[in-house]
Amino acid sequence: MIPEMGQFALALAWALALVQAVLGLAGAARGSVGAMAAARRAALAQCAALVLAYACLTAAFLRIDFSVLLVAANSSTRTPWFYRLTGVWGNHEGSMLLWALSLSLWQAAVAGFSRSLTAAFRARVLGVLGTVSVGFLAFLILTSNPFERLVPMPGEGRDLNPLLQDPGMIIHPPLLYMGYVGMAVAFAFAIAALLSGRMDAAWARWSRPWTLTAWVFLTLGILVGSAWAYYELGWGGWWFWDPVENASLMPWLVGTALLHSLIVTEKRGAFRSWTVLLAIGAFSLSLLGTFLVRSGVITSVHAFATDPTRGVFILGLLALTVGVSLLLFAWRAPRLSGGGVFAPVSREGSLLVNNVLMAAAAGAVLLGTVYPLILDALQGAKISVGPPYFETVFVPLMAPAVVLMALAPFLRWKRDALARVLRRVGPELVGALLLAALGVWAAGHATPGAYLGLALTAWVALASLRLLVERLRQGAAPGLAARLRGIPGSWWGMWLSHLGVGVFILGVTLVGALEQRLDVKMMPGQAAELAGYRFVLRGVSEVPGPNYTAQRGEVEVWREGQMRTVLVPEKRAYFRSAMPMTESAIDWGVFRDVYVSLGDPTGDGGWVVLLFYKPFISWIWFGAILIALGGVAAALDRRYRRLARRRDSVPVPEVLPEPVAEAAR
Amino acid sequence: MTARGKRLTLILAALALLGGATALVLSAMRENLVFFHTPSEVAEGKAPFGRTFRIGGMVVDGSLERLPDGVTVRFAVTDTAKTIPVVYRGALPDLFSEGKGAVVQGRLGSDGVFVASEVLAKHDENYMPVEAQHAVDQAQRAAATLKP
Repeated sequence: MIPEMGQFALALAWALALVQAVLGLAGAARGSVGAMAAARRAALAQCAALVLAYACLTAAFLRIDFSVLLVAANSSTRTPWFYRLTGVWGNHEGSMLLWALSLSLWQAAVAGFSRSLTAAFRARVLGVLGTVSVGFLAFLILTSNPFERLVPMPGEGRDLNPLLQDPGMIIHPPLLYMGYVGMAVAFAFAIAALLSGRMDAAWARWSRPWTLTAWVFLTLGILVGSAWAYYELGWGGWWFWDPVENASLMPWLVGTALLHSLIVTEKRGAFRSWTVLLAIGAFSLSLLGTFLVRSGVITSVHAFATDPTRGVFILGLLALTVGVSLLLFAWRAPRLSGGGVFAPVSREGSLLVNNVLMAAAAGAVLLGTVYPLILDALQGAKISVGPPYFETVFVPLMAPAVVLMALAPFLRWKRDALARVLRRVGPELVGALLLAALGVWAAGHATPGAYLGLALTAWVALASLRLLVERLRQGAAPGLAARLRGIPGSWWGMWLSHLGVGVFILGVTLVGALEQRLDVKMMPGQAAELAGYRFVLRGVSEVPGPNYTAQRGEVEVWREGQMRTVLVPEKRAYFRSAMPMTESAIDWGVFRDVYVSLGDPTGDGGWVVLLFYKPFISWIWFGAILIALGGVAAALDRRYRRLARRRDSVPVPEVLPEPVAEAAR
Repeated sequence: MTARGKRLTLILAALALLGGATALVLSAMRENLVFFHTPSEVAEGKAPFGRTFRIGGMVVDGSLERLPDGVTVRFAVTDTAKTIPVVYRGALPDLFSEGKGAVVQGRLGSDGVFVASEVLAKHDENYMPVEAQHAVDQAQRAAATLKP
């Protein structure tokens, strides 16, 4: 009964989304207060229906109801309850349901927390979001029903893909989806601006906290996915330029550009068309990511579907979204033109250049990701574009962007003189170049790449420090604490995120330059040396797990004659699938990770053991966390809330007269 | 400078930047494309020497052999028509096994042995041609259904 209830709730959600889309868009166009209020209620109801549908599927998993095909295919009686909980989204149908649920949560949030918006504007945003929802729920209902029954009911299920049976996988998909789907809100704001022809500073202030929130989710989702790849795949890498990784990086890059473009739109009224285009781009790339990851065109842990109709459906939705929004853009964007004039050397100028660089990087990643697919589809030629391409392209595009990123906050709006700015931060610039030289000398690794990385890090760190000092000197309030408190959240957001980029680059540079790896055959009792550490394999024994049997190695890690720790890497064989699984063991540290994983048994009692020494890899995660924290700080800026309060206290007419709505009639 | 002049400068600068980026992308693409060749193509000498490429097929049953150092392995990859010997130093991915599909990246040695730098580790246990996949799925589903 419960699965049928879920299916009914899904159908109901689709109908509600349709109501929301029609009433929202038509109500705003006609200025009907009743229709707009109904659209808002429909959004809340749609969310409730999807929560119910999701709860029904979760219940089926928790009760181990193998009469549901999805449960039988993705769990077993021995799967621990928390992996049955994540098994809900560890498959195509369930993950698309999670997608739809995330979208409806965002819609409910817009419906609930947007009192600062005018009713007409909110109705348009909800109308656009409802339209997206209609498309995706139709996809779910028509091609990927998660509640399909299995007759006859099997006695045992096939268990969840062992790679997904990992704590990281409990939080990675929801975070990433909230990020992907959150870009839909930025998109809806942009489309609503095109529809209404209204795109002013207030619009940017409304749009920015939503975009920031989605971007924070996306950042954290990518971070968790990367950390998972690092410790779960057993190969010690943290980024492989795999198409599924690129799929999440592209909307992140464009989303980052969008955040910055929004600043200019808010403060100077410029870049309006560009902002709209970026919002459309970010969401389109999210959809493209969904297509790449879920359609099965790429073989990976994320590709559950091999049914071609599904891929075609998502591709159709993507084409429709891009096509319609670009048409709308071409038609309405001329209305948005105008805005502040600025000189090339100015804060606007630097933000523009960085926007172009970021978009170009996203384009280059896009090309490298889809080119093999297109060539395969057109000519049947099999090629692949590997990490060297992405590294060759990405570094030269991003390095100047990072230099400018740290410089831009020192520039004045509108017009500035390069000489003035260089006088201000000249010492930092020279200091960074010298520090980097010192760094590569100290590390004994003098390559151009390492020097560039260290120089960028040092520049970002010194410039950030200088920026903080100048900011504190500026304040009128007496006392350091008062001045610190006086700095707005968005400033802290900028400062933390930019500093995070520096920390991230340091991690990437040092782990790339100084990591060491040794693949070695070890007999029990034998030792191996790497990077000043001595590894002794005590032995390998068989250990039972809940739904697997593991070969567990015990490896002593010694340094300077002292045993530091014992690492226990495993090679697991899961009962329900033939798939062996490497479970690496890591001694985490702030300045280095020591990483051990088991390869294959050599047949004579020995094992191939993979040993890694990974200096500063944690700094990659620290950097990403700082970047995300910056986003949180900026989203919580008082000015966004102050605006909301002001709107509350001063009664504003529910429907503002909108010239475009008039003209459209 | 007039407002129009400033805007023109900016647009030109942006275009120059984009042009540079495009040139960079195209040259990187030309240098770093990795082509895929079947064992038959390699046997016919159609694969490039001295350049990295990929071959793929099934790992021949009984061909996997570990050299005395314990870490270097030899195996053969076949497309059922032709077979190419491969040598690889390092730990094999979890999903590598005899009789299963595999893709390896590396260079062809002058002795006709393919020196692999990478044995591709796909995240999925079902890394094989779609048709075989379908058959296996059907069989697994039937087995799961038959169990009491």
